[in-house]
Amino acid sequence: MVIEARPVAVEMRAIVKRFPGVLANDRVELVIRSGEVHALLGENGAGKTTLMSALCGLYRPDEGEIYIARSDDERPQPADIGSPRDAIQLGVGMVHQHFRLVANQTVAENVILGLDGTPLLLDMKSVGERLLALSEKYGLRVDPETFIWQLSVGEQQRVEILKLLFRGAEILVLDEPTAVLTPNEAAELGKTLRRMCAEGKAVVFISHKLDEVMSFCDRVTVLRDGRNVAALATGDTDKAALAELMVGREVLFRVEKEDTEIGEVVLSVEEVCALNDKGFPALQDVSLQVASGEVLGIAGVSGNGQRELAETVTGLRGTTGGRVFVRGRELTDQTPLRFIRAGVSHIPGDRLGMGLAGNLPVSDNLIMKAFRQAPLAAGPFLSKPAVSIFADRLIKAFDVLTPSRSTPARNLSGGNQQKAILAREISTGEEHGDAGATVLVAVQPTRGLDVGATESVRRALLEQRARGSAILLVSEDLDELLALSDRIAVMHAGRIMGVVTGSETSMEEVGLMMAGEMV
Amino acid sequence: MRMAFSIKLEKRLRSSRWMAILVSVASVMLAFLLGAVLLTVFDADPWDTYRAMLQGAFGTSEQWQEGQFYSVTETLVKAIPLILTGLAVSVAFRMLFWNIGAEGQLVMGGVAAAGVALWFPTLFPFVPLSPWVYLPLMIVGSVLAGAAWALMPALLKSFLRVNEIITTLMLNYVAILWYQHLFNVIWKDPEGYGFPGSAEIGEFAQVPRFSGRLHWGLGVAVAAAVLLWVVLDRMRWGYEIRLIGENATAARYAGVSLGRNIVMVMLLSGGLAGIAGMVEVAGISHRLQQGLNVGYGFTGIIVAWLARLNPWGVMLVATLLAAMLVGGDQIQITMGLPASVALVLQGAILFCVLGGDMFTRYRLRLVRKSPQVRGTTPMV
Repeated sequence: MVIEARPVAVEMRAIVKRFPGVLANDRVELVIRSGEVHALLGENGAGKTTLMSALCGLYRPDEGEIYIARSDDERPQPADIGSPRDAIQLGVGMVHQHFRLVANQTVAENVILGLDGTPLLLDMKSVGERLLALSEKYGLRVDPETFIWQLSVGEQQRVEILKLLFRGAEILVLDEPTAVLTPNEAAELGKTLRRMCAEGKAVVFISHKLDEVMSFCDRVTVLRDGRNVAALATGDTDKAALAELMVGREVLFRVEKEDTEIGEVVLSVEEVCALNDKGFPALQDVSLQVASGEVLGIAGVSGNGQRELAETVTGLRGTTGGRVFVRGRELTDQTPLRFIRAGVSHIPGDRLGMGLAGNLPVSDNLIMKAFRQAPLAAGPFLSKPAVSIFADRLIKAFDVLTPSRSTPARNLSGGNQQKAILAREISTGEEHGDAGATVLVAVQPTRGLDVGATESVRRALLEQRARGSAILLVSEDLDELLALSDRIAVMHAGRIMGVVTGSETSMEEVGLMMAGEMV
Repeated sequence: MRMAFSIKLEKRLRSSRWMAILVSVASVMLAFLLGAVLLTVFDADPWDTYRAMLQGAFGTSEQWQEGQFYSVTETLVKAIPLILTGLAVSVAFRMLFWNIGAEGQLVMGGVAAAGVALWFPTLFPFVPLSPWVYLPLMIVGSVLAGAAWALMPALLKSFLRVNEIITTLMLNYVAILWYQHLFNVIWKDPEGYGFPGSAEIGEFAQVPRFSGRLHWGLGVAVAAAVLLWVVLDRMRWGYEIRLIGENATAARYAGVSLGRNIVMVMLLSGGLAGIAGMVEVAGISHRLQQGLNVGYGFTGIIVAWLARLNPWGVMLVATLLAAMLVGGDQIQITMGLPASVALVLQGAILFCVLGGDMFTRYRLRLVRKSPQVRGTTPMV
């Protein structure tokens, strides 16, 4: 059957959801048909999870309507979903990124936990039989009698899916389900999804991985910055086009880049391996070198090891193999303080999570790296007048718009928060790097910033380049990488797929490598 | 069609210092109001009771004219250990290290102080028997003992990520049992006519008193508060503690070692609680006996929290809570009410302040609900 001819199962119209200071969903539209696997594609923070949380009753949208069909013959009816319980009554269920299972209960016990109409005396045997029948039918092999803690992550995911099927879910939402799976498990999951669709169920597959979207899904809705970008059939598109839709920016502008003299290698990474927070390999034999006066861009769809790479070269993440050198001195697995002292500055991707202490005043945030040296430090004491002078100087020099230096950092706009971080990192890099050229690791330095702030951040990075810094720029914005980088290394699944020269490459070439193809 | 309203919590974009103080004061008043309801249920006149408590804690005007300051000095006597434990808890809580073990650290401090006073004269006869020598020695001993007691949970936390709430709490009972065994058995005074308790410590090891039972431990407590303020507000270390408390990830990113700070802060915290034990033994009981573990360590948590972890606030709140304890004893005598009324009030105050804290961060708003199609369960 042609997909467009299938009956509509869910329709979300003009969904708006605001969080303090953020518009997470801006009039988002989504149509899901029964019998399809529908990909919801977008970068981190594009609003995918927020949209699905509205469908599953975790948030109530501020505006917009949701229509759900109870059966294939029925037209979608307006649905009022106030809680996950309402959602499951309407046949909608979600498998979250972090599983919601009780570790020391069995599979069967977890499945019936919180189920409506559970009799006082449980008949676990019949529950087990029904579960076995379900797992047989959909190829979700799990023993109902085993305890959750005995299961692998992939098996736990199957339990989560079984939980939904047991409750009669017709519309299943899976939030980045393959993030925790091995390639084999992912392929198996794909088969299960196919079987469910053959039954007429609808599956929403939240992801930012293009490979999986192309291989598992029938249609795809792309979100960017909380808005719809496109809705199309996977048969009518390809990875490169999707990559562009997902990461592209409407605003295209160029920053003048002077030719600089590329000096000697400052930051050198040799065959580094590292694990992500969940303990899975995130970096596999990554080698790269950044020279003085050079910007090395790191391209890649988010979640392919870029963050881990940035953390490894700043001392925040331990390695499981390989070596890290700064100006020829080995710093592998040294403390973050050693890296700071070696002149490695870091603009983290998570501004309020890592880069700033939001409740502390701007001045306290500006001195975060410099407070150990004179003039800020006076023996074991912190000189308050020196802190004020230092903070005011940076606020002025980097044009940070803040009511005063004692305003809590979280009250600043995103752009000014980023300028404050930039001011701190650039100035302390200069302080510490007296032994030679400094390293600046910038992760997503312009994400979420408006055009003006973006431009000033980019200008500051290029100024540092002109001064001889070695800059490692991690970005998901290809325009930015092409505009700023001398060379671009493309990461996919924790590996470097290739290194291209910034001026000689095209968006298409980089896009293909981001999708995992060696060029 | 019926219009329904619901109350919605909204995050305040900015929270001011004045708002925090206003909410604290309002919370305390609400607690006294709740206490008044309770007192009325027990057939006591709340107004009279509160006045009796106030007079019990600070004295009447007649007593003041006659130069009797017994009530005030008793209040201050109780405030001394509360200030010290309040400071101890504050510094740990500042970096979100939940030290619930000030009680045990206090007890160990008291044990060490008594130990120095009882055994040093025979072990080291060359040390002159002067308070100028012995009191500093006892302070050092109590700091070391309290710090050592706090060091165990700190090391377990920083190396093995063991939950500090459990370890600090459980070590309280270990410390208390040790201390009871000491004064009941090992250090029991052979000339004590069978009463449990150690021998009295010599005069050279007693903190001198200056009015009633009020002793110079007050000076130690105030000095500790000033010192802690200097550490927290003026020193680089205080900045690191603040950074960890506000955002541990950012602190690590700034090159601050979390493990080292946990250990250092807990040594300071345990040391301060240890001094509280020392001043109780050397200033009040003059021997190791029943009554060192009356809950100053736990009340210190309330003190720290009400004072919003600020050393000046700790001094103020400790004095107020001490006044409530002394006033509570007073109404037992004058009104025939149980002294635990004071404890009930203490609990009510903490409840109201913790609950009221929400209003500094959120504001309530009435929202008009759209008419419901079907019954829905409220969102959690």
